[in-house]
Amino acid sequence: MFATIINKAIVQGIPLLFGSTGEILTEKSGNLNLGIPGIMYMGGSAGIIGAYIYEQSVEVPHPALCIIIPLLAAIIGSALLALIYSFLTISLRANQNVTGLALTTFGVGFGDFFGGSLTKIFGEGGNISVKTTADYFKTTLPFADDLGAIGTIFFSYGFLVYAAIIIALICAWFLKRTRAGLHLRAVGENPATADAAGINVTKYKYLATVIGGAIAGLGGFYFIMDYTGGSWTNGGFGDRGWLAIALVIFALWKPNIGIIGSIIFGGLYIAYAYIPGLGRAALAIFNMLPYVVTIIVLILTSARNKKENQPPEALGLPYFREER
Amino acid sequence: MMKNNETHTHVHEPIFQVVKRDDLIWYKSWAVRLIAIVIALIICAFVIVLLTGYDPIKVYSSMISGTFGTSRKVWNTLQRLAMLLCISLAVTPAFKMKFWNIGAEGQSLIGGLASAALMIYLGNKLPNILLIPIMAAASIFAGMIWGLIPAIFKAKFNTNETLFTLMMNYVATQLVSFCIVFWENPKNSNNVGIINQSTMSGWFPSIFGQKYLLNIIIVALLTIAMYVYLKYSKHGYEISVVGESQNTARYIGINVKKVILRTMALSGALCGVAGLLLVSGTNHTINTSTVGGMGFTAIMVSWLAKFNPFIMVLASFLIVFLERGAGEIATAFQLNESVSDILTGIILFFIIGSEFFVRYKIHFRANIKEGVK
Repeated sequence: MFATIINKAIVQGIPLLFGSTGEILTEKSGNLNLGIPGIMYMGGSAGIIGAYIYEQSVEVPHPALCIIIPLLAAIIGSALLALIYSFLTISLRANQNVTGLALTTFGVGFGDFFGGSLTKIFGEGGNISVKTTADYFKTTLPFADDLGAIGTIFFSYGFLVYAAIIIALICAWFLKRTRAGLHLRAVGENPATADAAGINVTKYKYLATVIGGAIAGLGGFYFIMDYTGGSWTNGGFGDRGWLAIALVIFALWKPNIGIIGSIIFGGLYIAYAYIPGLGRAALAIFNMLPYVVTIIVLILTSARNKKENQPPEALGLPYFREER
Repeated sequence: MMKNNETHTHVHEPIFQVVKRDDLIWYKSWAVRLIAIVIALIICAFVIVLLTGYDPIKVYSSMISGTFGTSRKVWNTLQRLAMLLCISLAVTPAFKMKFWNIGAEGQSLIGGLASAALMIYLGNKLPNILLIPIMAAASIFAGMIWGLIPAIFKAKFNTNETLFTLMMNYVATQLVSFCIVFWENPKNSNNVGIINQSTMSGWFPSIFGQKYLLNIIIVALLTIAMYVYLKYSKHGYEISVVGESQNTARYIGINVKKVILRTMALSGALCGVAGLLLVSGTNHTINTSTVGGMGFTAIMVSWLAKFNPFIMVLASFLIVFLERGAGEIATAFQLNESVSDILTGIILFFIIGSEFFVRYKIHFRANIKEGVK
């Protein structure tokens, strides 16, 4: 019972973890990318489009290609959206909030359009389903079932779950322990100073935003391939993109805390199912909890005003060398 | 010496150089934006052809007939325009102050929730002439509270308002789902249904037989009032000074905290009005998608219009045209309605990008040399 709850919480938390890790990387460069929900939609839909086209085009899908093609499609799709955002906000110095929201509109629209119409374009009907491909993503370690609770908690996931945790740990290490990570944080805190110190502000912003977008896109991809088992429902991804942004705040801009945070958020998402006697009204209150908790964290960190727990100083501001 | 100098500049010379423009004359800057929209529409046409294989001119003309085809469609378009415009007006004073209120969705929804609650609990008990003003007061108050909460923390602890207002949206959404459980009709439908359908208690009255006319009149008046408020009132002046520089504002003796609180109260209150218009004046019901993302679209409208209420009318019209037109294409060509989001996204990218060319000049290498000589 306990093991199942943890398992379900982790499964729910992984899309948020991908999203928040990507957004943390992005925000550390000073870009508040509100397009993350759109990018995550894009990751999911580009992945499923890749899988669908591949499954349609060959008789017997090859297992390795079944994994590589959708994965690449998801990464390229979400990185492209992040690139649009980067070009508009970094090179053209557009307002980040407006650009991000436009990106979300576009990404969600793109996902729902192709998710809903791709089969029609190919002359079939109904929703896309790529079960063959999804089964490869759901493959767990062979000995997971034999280990009881430990197996359920630690080993009963597809490889993307482990990838999410490893990526989060790498990002945490990168931000905290490497020179490039230090430079990136400098860009997000004070781009003018970083520029004066000889750091290529534009390069860091672009790389962080595009790579961050690709990581976030994997969250949507995981949701489609592993969680839903390869079928698209319009609006099925829900508000998980915004929850991922909430998780960034909850994790105090630290990807390693994000791992724990994602499990807590995931747990809050499913907790209602394990508390007897709860109605739909209580469910609504439970669904409110992640946001309320995030607001409390946001207030507490700003009230305590501890330097290392704050949002990056230049978050949301464009940088133009001649404008100081 | 001369030669030396030339090689020197050659080594360090960038391919192009970006320079901030002095203010561009209004017609030139609008020409740039118009060109961006035209290019965007052409690209959208390509996208449509790619997706559907239909003649784009036919598609655009069916978009126009979807928006204006019949008088009923015209009224629906105007109604939608009024709602989007109302929320855009609401976020504008906060934006002008550089307070990034992206919580209009929640502020409007909570206003609508207050209206719906009163329609349910006081409906058929009070005459409309009393009930509607009470509903208006409650909606405005609810929206104001929802907007003030983040503002208080912004003024006190400098809490990040973008993230705070964003989170408040979802608290409001869940609050609505919570209430729906108690209000649902019929039971277990998870749907409130049309409130007071037979008695029309708490519904906005029709004017000249048009049920949406009152909404449209209210928003038109608000548009003029907002223009005057921002342009000619002392408050409007304080808002723009705080938006330009908080330090300057403090220096000339403006109480920045007070301005932040007052402006966000106004912004939230106007969102509350939008909630009232949506529930009492339009849908006569409430659900989690009553505002339907307009709170976010409004942010783009306000920004596209450079915070000018009259230009916001045009900007909201553009968005509503795309939305309704794409809905028409979707049914006519059996596509998915989300195509409107794709088109809106593309057009927004172009308009957002075009602002760069309004604000900055690019000198290419050849030009720079000429300038030096």
